[in-house]
Amino acid sequence: MVTVLEVVSGILLIAGSFFSLTGAVGLFRFPDFFTRVHAASVTDSFAAILLIGGLMLLTSFDLNTAKLGFILIFLLLTSPTASHALAKSARHGGLLSLAESQPPSKKGSV
Amino acid sequence: MSFVADYYNYWVVVFLMMTGFYVVISANNLVKKIVGLNIFQTSVFMLYISMGKVTNGSAPIVAEGIEQYSNPLPHVLILTAIVVGVATTAVGLSLIVRIKRAYGTVEENEFQDKDDVI
Amino acid sequence: MSLLFDIVLLSMLALTALRIIFLKDLFAVVMLFGIYSFLSALIFVNLDAVDVAFTEAAVGAGISTVLMLSTLALTGRTEEKSSHSSFLPLIVVVTTGAALIYGTLDMPPFGQADNPIHQHVAPRYIEQSPQEVGLPNMVTSVLASYRGFDTLGETVVVFAAAVGVLSLLGVRRKEREDQESGLKAHRVLRVVAKLIIPLIILFALYVQFHGDFGPGGGFQAGVITAAAFILYALVFGLPQAFKVVSPRFTEILAPLGVLIYAGVGITSVLKGGNFLDYNVLAADPVAGQHLGILVIELGVGITVFAVMLSIFYAFASQTEKANIQ
Repeated sequence: MVTVLEVVSGILLIAGSFFSLTGAVGLFRFPDFFTRVHAASVTDSFAAILLIGGLMLLTSFDLNTAKLGFILIFLLLTSPTASHALAKSARHGGLLSLAESQPPSKKGSV
Repeated sequence: MSFVADYYNYWVVVFLMMTGFYVVISANNLVKKIVGLNIFQTSVFMLYISMGKVTNGSAPIVAEGIEQYSNPLPHVLILTAIVVGVATTAVGLSLIVRIKRAYGTVEENEFQDKDDVI
Repeated sequence: MSLLFDIVLLSMLALTALRIIFLKDLFAVVMLFGIYSFLSALIFVNLDAVDVAFTEAAVGAGISTVLMLSTLALTGRTEEKSSHSSFLPLIVVVTTGAALIYGTLDMPPFGQADNPIHQHVAPRYIEQSPQEVGLPNMVTSVLASYRGFDTLGETVVVFAAAVGVLSLLGVRRKEREDQESGLKAHRVLRVVAKLIIPLIILFALYVQFHGDFGPGGGFQAGVITAAAFILYALVFGLPQAFKVVSPRFTEILAPLGVLIYAGVGITSVLKGGNFLDYNVLAADPVAGQHLGILVIELGVGITVFAVMLSIFYAFASQTEKANIQ
């Protein structure tokens, strides 16, 4: 007999996997460095929350739930910082985004 | 199919071992040779741990209600091997830094003719 | 299900290793090596080797990657084209691989409980270690008690590596305050690092003392503590890190751990038992085992921490700005 918690956790795990997959596809297909960093950071933050939330629902409320919660907090602290450090270093090094490196068009569109 | 499942681990181990071996003997840069050596080492670890696994066993930590444990002996051996591996990698990399300082290059085809520098 | 994980992860590992052969950009090679280490750690978890996975993730994907990147900062980032052809290495590799695969066909099938490896010594350890040593984690009881002498040798090897690196490179202690060091412009990184470093050290202490009950132990704890201080050195600069944990202090700590370990062995001899026989350390043999394992894991943790940190100091103090490409 499948309980409600297991169904919800299954939905969260599948959604988390979907966002990880789209983050990975975006890492390949986006044209510019800064957009690629954004795609990777989706995996860092959103997919991590969904996946670990789904796993926390599968445990009965004991020490493992607390350990998973600590892992989630640690991941949410460090992975977006890493993406930020990457993007900031690239900016500091002078990398131009795709919009800035193209010659300005004569029509003056935004 | 069960034949493939029985030996797949070992075949991938042999493939990784040969990849690491190829990088060691054919790479031009010394740092890449060290990376190849590490690939080789990790494939050997995979071999030992695959040998120690028992199907439907659990990790070798005593807990209630578990009858079958995987073999803890290869785990001990490989724990030692991993730490010794990083120790030798560190010494190898510091030798590369000294080679760079003595010859000015770490590419194999460039310092092979420079025997008389030191 | 476990078999499916096994097959997929091993295929990803093979693809990663294959890609490393053809890359000329060494930075990408080192990053792929980090991914290779993490995938190996996942495969080790799938194969029930949780202690090994912990150590591989901490050591292979942590310390090895940091050391290789420090070396790349000194030696350059791209590889030149090789001057000899790659035909002969390919022939050698294919021949050796074919011979090895022919050899693996003789091996017992993967995973069966009546394989020869599970017959002789391992059942004795699995059955007797709860009574003789009393720790839930059988890997720790074998590593620290039954095969404690090998672990002493391993600790000495780690210490010898520190001696080797320090005598080859040495730690340059020039106080050049004008040299830009650390990531002072990254405010977010500094704040998050200040939050995280105490938590990492706390987690390392947990791993050190919890190694008797779950995956963990002295090696992993030493590496994690070293990683916390390496993070501090990277974010706040090497001169600042030298003031917090000076290279002299790590040079004193490294042999201290080995001496603690050997001291436990000599204490056992003085109390009437064999070298590293923990049964004589306390009134009750099992309590003696617990005490002995606690103290030697402490010695191992101290040595590994001091060695990893001093190796990092040796590499990081070589970097001069002119060499970074």
